[in-house]
Amino acid sequence: MDEIQKTLLMQVADLHEVPAGAYNIRSNGESAGRHSTEHIEIVPKEDKPGIDIYIKSGTQRESVHIPVLMTQTGLKELVYNDFHIGENCDITIIAGCGIHNSGSQASEHSGIHSFFVGKNSRVKYVEKHYGSGEGTGERVMNPETIVNLDENSYMEMDTVQIRGVDSTDRVTRAKLAKNAQLIIKEKLMTHGKQKATTHFYVDLDGEDSSTNVISRSVAKEHSEQTFYSHINGNNKCAGHSECDAIIMDNAVVRAIPEITANSIDASLIHEAAIGKIAGEQLIKLMTLGLTEAQAEEQIVNGFLK
Amino acid sequence: MLELKNISYHVDDENGKDILNHIDLKIEDRFTAITGPNGGGKSTLAKMIAGIIQPTEGRIFFEGQDITKLSITERANLGISFAFQQPVRFKGITVLDLIRLAAGDKLSVEGACKYLSEVGLCARDYINREVNGSLSGGELKRIEIATVIARGMKLSVFDEPEAGIDLWSFQNLIKVFEKMHDKTQGNIVIISHQERILDIADKIVVIANGEIQDIGAKDEILPGLLSGNLECKHNAGGCIHG
Repeated sequence: MDEIQKTLLMQVADLHEVPAGAYNIRSNGESAGRHSTEHIEIVPKEDKPGIDIYIKSGTQRESVHIPVLMTQTGLKELVYNDFHIGENCDITIIAGCGIHNSGSQASEHSGIHSFFVGKNSRVKYVEKHYGSGEGTGERVMNPETIVNLDENSYMEMDTVQIRGVDSTDRVTRAKLAKNAQLIIKEKLMTHGKQKATTHFYVDLDGEDSSTNVISRSVAKEHSEQTFYSHINGNNKCAGHSECDAIIMDNAVVRAIPEITANSIDASLIHEAAIGKIAGEQLIKLMTLGLTEAQAEEQIVNGFLK
Repeated sequence: MLELKNISYHVDDENGKDILNHIDLKIEDRFTAITGPNGGGKSTLAKMIAGIIQPTEGRIFFEGQDITKLSITERANLGISFAFQQPVRFKGITVLDLIRLAAGDKLSVEGACKYLSEVGLCARDYINREVNGSLSGGELKRIEIATVIARGMKLSVFDEPEAGIDLWSFQNLIKVFEKMHDKTQGNIVIISHQERILDIADKIVVIANGEIQDIGAKDEILPGLLSGNLECKHNAGGCIHG
């Protein structure tokens, strides 16, 4: 692995070396390393690009890393990764995609991640997107996440896209069974002429299922963001979505919430706020000795922390 | 030492109001209290010292240097601190972050806790909380005061520090000011309506209608204020000019 790839790996997976536990590193469309463990088996798909990850019932406190790195300009790929998680598991899955494009052609990674989470299992899914490179070619990522949560299962999904991705269109679809819970935390910052669109579709099918979809974003310069969230309450359930955005310069931010109650016992809430950095916040930090630019940076970093 | 020379602030709206009118004031004492009726121009004066509001006329000198044209940041770096009457809320910035920014160095968690303890907050409960609406007005106010303590500057201006500290005693607030002075040997300016705070001042300045109505040593000014020379509508609970 070269230095650029190592940097990407650090940005998307906080990894300096090959990780402990199960992993699959995909680099420029090919496998750059794969390791299964006693409880976690990673098998390449035969009919299409991608892998199946089988996590045995009862697997506790183990992790899977599946970073994707792209440094070759003009590469376009569509990858299917399916996670089959047994019952009574407690695992952390770290995915992420880093594109370094120093050429003039667009590099594009689209990953379709499907999660089948068994009864009573807990999953933490972390996904980071990062782009770098001086080339004029666009860095494009279009992730799709499909989540099926069985009874009493829990999933927390943290997605972060802070730098360098020119265009992203994220779709997340989730179905929740009885007592299942899904927490989604999205953090997004766009700059330049970047465009980012996010769609969340959550079906609260089971009794006492619940979800909390939280998006915090900062749109700078001429970038554009659109946030769609659709929560369907199909049973006695609780759903909450929250979109909170800081808008700067000439950016555009849209928040389009949709909450649908198909059951009289569904309790659904949506909150959305878009606004610039409050002047008094800048002033307070300036009275502590920060310049206006430093104050702005602190406010943005805190907001996305 | 701070000196205001012929300071005026005029608002150019349809009513064209004079908020401050030709104020001349030297701040050289340990504690200077500025009091007077609401709307009299006290907060405007405090913000002007911090550089948040620019005077329409006059000049401000800090330790002999003309700082009239200096920005908020430049004044802060010269040694001026300001505690807001209504503390600002932030999403995501924690109490620890804010105190670290105030202290201006890589302050340890332990160090930050010390400042919080000084304002009567149990540090462990607060250090990782966000400085947002989940904190009460009184808690935010004390954190605001802690940021000024953490800076430890030559001139500290507090805009009505007593508001919202009802669960904490005035005695403790007064101790905070005294300790701060011991440490910085600087000047402390407190805008206040509270008799107990005015009572620790070396000098009291009474501002009404944008002008200095009275100025002098505490012993000269306070008795007159208490006897009601200035009209007070709500003088219960030690409030002098409500």
